[in-house]
Amino acid sequence: MSEPALSKKVEKSKVVVPEGLWTKCVSCRQIIYEKELIRNYQVCPKCGHHHYLPAISRIELLLDDASFKEINSDLKSGDPLNFKASKSYKMSLKEAGFATALNEAIITGEGKIDGKKVCLSVMDFKFIGGSMGSVVGEKVARAADFAINKKLPFIVVCASGGARMQEGMLSLMQMAKTSMAVGKIHENKLPFISIMAHPTTGGVLASFPSLADIIIAEPKALIGFTGARVIERTIKERLPDGFQTAEFLLKHGMVDLIASRAEQKEIVSQLLGFMGY
Amino acid sequence: MARFCMDFEKPVVELEDKLEQLKSLKAAGTGEIAHDIAELENQLERLKELIYKDLTAWQRVQIARHPQRPRVLDYINHIFSDFTELHGDRLYHDDPAIVGGLAHLEGDTFVVIGTQKGKNAKTNIKRNFGMPMPEGYRKALRLMKIAKKFNLPIITFIDTQGAYPGIGAEERGQAVAIAENLQFMSRLAVPIIAVNVGEGGSGGALAISVADRLIMLENSYYSVITPEGCASILWHDETKACDAAEALKITAEDLAKMKIADIIVKEPLGGAHRDVEKTYYILRKKLIDCYKELKTTCPNKKKLIEDREKKLNSIGRLTSV
Ligand SMILES: [Zn+2]
Repeated sequence: MSEPALSKKVEKSKVVVPEGLWTKCVSCRQIIYEKELIRNYQVCPKCGHHHYLPAISRIELLLDDASFKEINSDLKSGDPLNFKASKSYKMSLKEAGFATALNEAIITGEGKIDGKKVCLSVMDFKFIGGSMGSVVGEKVARAADFAINKKLPFIVVCASGGARMQEGMLSLMQMAKTSMAVGKIHENKLPFISIMAHPTTGGVLASFPSLADIIIAEPKALIGFTGARVIERTIKERLPDGFQTAEFLLKHGMVDLIASRAEQKEIVSQLLGFMGY
Repeated sequence: MARFCMDFEKPVVELEDKLEQLKSLKAAGTGEIAHDIAELENQLERLKELIYKDLTAWQRVQIARHPQRPRVLDYINHIFSDFTELHGDRLYHDDPAIVGGLAHLEGDTFVVIGTQKGKNAKTNIKRNFGMPMPEGYRKALRLMKIAKKFNLPIITFIDTQGAYPGIGAEERGQAVAIAENLQFMSRLAVPIIAVNVGEGGSGGALAISVADRLIMLENSYYSVITPEGCASILWHDETKACDAAEALKITAEDLAKMKIADIIVKEPLGGAHRDVEKTYYILRKKLIDCYKELKTTCPNKKKLIEDREKKLNSIGRLTSV
């Protein structure tokens, strides 16, 4: 099976859903009835490919109906570096806000899974590639403190390209902040489960999601520290098929299990049960 | 021996070469030549002031990468006594890009850890150009566990372009190796001082830099992405790295403003490599002072961990809707 580079797929998935009733699966190329795709949480009914799923829909997928209460929703990014490139950071933030109707790349809050109270944080890849800047770091840290205060299991769903370049070192330091935050979750003996969706890479992978008690990956998700292109350029070799996929990580002992969206809620609920919740 | 010369310092190096030539003349000590030498030396000082004062971010990056700049083991060997290097992660390998061990400084025992680059093609290959594998970060973690057990303070030295980008590194968990160090260092109840002596390359540098105090040498830099990488993303053009270096705010001064760097250590004019003995002397003194200050400010473990938590939590800029 030869597949195109997964990093290219990420780019394509940004434009996967044209207006209208029908859409084309990026994996099997078959035409799918749009409403069916939405009902199926963006999993292709023909081939099972997991397309981009907005954070809001992930909350619906995992939590009991209407049980979610958001916290720290008002936090927004400033532009601490006054970062100007071809597009200013301020403009990127504005556009991301319009595209997702979110204030930032993560939603945090509390809710219930089969009646069990949890603290849930979900990243949204469409908000500047789900990148982690000051606000994402702060919201993860505050969510961890919230979970500790309320003695709740800590659950995160990641979809992120890594640290947010436009905030420079302030974003890199969020890796330390969030790793410390989940360190306190462990000290308090609270369960910590992370779900890695497509993609979970770079500085985000090298911080809080990798420190969970149990790591669940979505099928075929791209999960890796360094981008495939950078590795290829450095080692001047072609990368093996399936490199940095969820299945590759499972084989190398980096994730506990792979679960499709249809299974995720039940698995998380059962794991929480094993942990006494 | 041919010297490595950065573009912006060409006039300095040319003048220095002329001066050397004059000095090597047989009659150098006498009459007119002596007068010319004195005159040139004067000019050179003024030129150095002019060129090395107010360096741009990109010029500092070039100094940080200078092949003759002291390496981490040079600092360790000149600053500490009795350095005993310890090897291996007890899991897979001994990564030569990370060095560490036990050493004395002014009568105190420290765990010392750092990234190690080579100085020429051969030693750079041996050291993998200072880019650690997961095994390197796990060796560092093992040494930090020794620090925890024996209640020893830690000093880390950073000089790396970043964690190694390779197939094996990914297979063996580069990301989780870094994450585990971040978590362990953020909660480890011994004093930790990190010193950036050259390049602070993203997560690969952060993995041994979570500390109570971050010291940066004047010409070191610390960045979320290499200036070249940033330029290629923003403008699809690596030659715009100088603009990226500026935009990313990566110098010691920038990072002190962001409260990420705590102490900036002045280097000899033109960079550490121009007077290495002086650099070792200044940094040694700063480390001793910094450790004293840290022990006074945080006399017990509780205060140490509380302050570290506050420090990490305070980094970042937020607004609200
Ligand atoms: Zn399909």
